[in-house]
Amino acid sequence: MNESKLKQLDWLLLPLIGFAIVLALWAVSSVTWATNLPSPVKTWESSKVYILEPFAKRGEMDQGILRFTWYSLILVAKGYVLALVIGTPIGFFLGLSKAFTKTFDPIIQILRPVSPLAWLPLGLVLFLSAGKEAGTLGALFTIAICSMWPTVLNTAVGVRSIPQDYLNVAKVLKLSRTKTLFKVLIPATLPYMFTGFRLSLGIAWLVIVAAEMLTGRPGVGGFLWQEYNSLIYEHIILSIVTIGVVGFVLDRLMSVVERRFKTI
Amino acid sequence: MSFLELNNVSKSFGGHAVLKDVNLSIAKGEFVAIVGFSGAGKTTLMSIIAGLLKPDTGTVKLEGREMGGPGPDRGLVFQNYSLLTWLTVFENVKLAVDQVFPEKSETERAAHATEFIEMVNLAPARDKRPSELSGGMRQRVSVARTLAMQPKVLLCDEPLSALDALTRANLQDEIARIRTLHNQTVVLITNDPDEGIYLADRIIPLTAGPGATLGPSFTVDIPHPRDRKALNHDPHFKQIRRDVIDFLLGSKGARHATVSKKLVLPDLEPEDLSGRAPLIGGRRTAIRRSEIKRETVEVDS
Ligand SMILES: Nc1ncnc2c1ncn2[C@@H]1O[C@H](COP(=O)(O)OP(=O)(O)OP(=O)(O)O)[C@@H](O)[C@H]1O
Ligand SMILES: [Mg+2]
Repeated sequence: MNESKLKQLDWLLLPLIGFAIVLALWAVSSVTWATNLPSPVKTWESSKVYILEPFAKRGEMDQGILRFTWYSLILVAKGYVLALVIGTPIGFFLGLSKAFTKTFDPIIQILRPVSPLAWLPLGLVLFLSAGKEAGTLGALFTIAICSMWPTVLNTAVGVRSIPQDYLNVAKVLKLSRTKTLFKVLIPATLPYMFTGFRLSLGIAWLVIVAAEMLTGRPGVGGFLWQEYNSLIYEHIILSIVTIGVVGFVLDRLMSVVERRFKTI
Repeated sequence: MSFLELNNVSKSFGGHAVLKDVNLSIAKGEFVAIVGFSGAGKTTLMSIIAGLLKPDTGTVKLEGREMGGPGPDRGLVFQNYSLLTWLTVFENVKLAVDQVFPEKSETERAAHATEFIEMVNLAPARDKRPSELSGGMRQRVSVARTLAMQPKVLLCDEPLSALDALTRANLQDEIARIRTLHNQTVVLITNDPDEGIYLADRIIPLTAGPGATLGPSFTVDIPHPRDRKALNHDPHFKQIRRDVIDFLLGSKGARHATVSKKLVLPDLEPEDLSGRAPLIGGRRTAIRRSEIKRETVEVDS
């Protein structure tokens, strides 16, 4: 094979080399300094039933990995939609009103860095009276409140940076408030909003694992935690890989959508 | 009685006087060109006439009535097109038509929008987005959108400055044609005396800022339609050009003037936030190229 052909395969070869290096490090680690770490081969042996029968259901906490992923995705979707529905209008108000910004910005800046692990107990307490559903509602609350900030802030930036020209057009045409909102403000902000949506989705997926761990719901995160407690360390790795791959796929999908709105 | 009238209009931005005691009176159907240096305050003057800016003192009257805010009776063709990038050519024009003629039926409005798109020869680009058009085409959309509102006065803020010479000449002829067609009252702002004299019935220089004001008006006594080639040798044309330029240069005197010059066409694309640094952290506001590419240079006159 000549050199230029090799270059063309860069996109495939180089990542494969990367994976090989990490696998090698993992294998070496598992026999040297971290003897409790299952080796790659052992991990595969123990995990393959979960991967090869991805939708099997053998018990509440013993299901195929994609089935677990599906449970997690449903919960994430609900929390995420909640985050967008609440976050987008807040972002608009922040962008449009200086007084609103001055009033709420400090609160937002204080709430934003709080970890999901801190929110979850509060969520559980808030919905204590819901009985059996408390775990689900608490998880939803946590996902929504942690993942809405990128949407809020990006929407606000988008609204603030609408060119004066567009607003002048709206003024010269005497567009009503609602028409200005739907014909000018929202379309002009959409690209920013979608950047926020993408980042929010990433965070929502981060939060789900923590939420499932603490509430013990079936899902990838719940599975991970349960297998840790039952000392089946191979499945911890299986879960980590699954979480990573799903997060990656979600981000790619969102950036496809995002790019569509960039071009308008 | 004058149709459009400005009385003692002054405007300053934060203590910096831009316009001072501007008086202007335009008759119905008249085409007036205002020519001035870059940064003199031409856009400011236009925004005041359009109602987008409030003058500090003085009044703007249309048909004897004092104007408050902006409105479709004074159609403004923006210096930088200001088309809504997410709408097609047709939709951009239609938005204006829908707004100004709510009493017409949907089909009538669509036909009305189409008529004006055809008038600026853009029928083939009807369903294109502004990003797919050339600068000259965008400017024609902008003109069509404004004309479709059938404004009492057409205000053009350097509509052709960003275009190359050939396209510019083409569009000048188009403006002249449309103007004759509708007997439209026009205020054209330009930085090119030739363009002003070629198109207008009257050309008025705006002195250099700060505190710019309108100079004497020069009547262009040449019948329409005008022949560009013949005009270059017309002694009357040459005389007016000399007078206008002399006045403009004289108004600057021997002092240095600052000329603020836009270097780049405004880009209407929003700032790219998809880069590697996600925005979760920052409190910064996005900066647009059109807002920063303004350079100030000293010129000797
Ligand atoms: N909103 C504003 N705030 C502060 N200063 C402003 C504002 N708008 C314009 N100016 C200042 O007023 C002066 C005139 O600006 P204006 O845009 O009217 O110039 P112009 O003649 O249209 O220039 P150009 O030919 O480059 O378009 C400039 O010095 C500018 O910096
Ligand atoms: Mg200007």
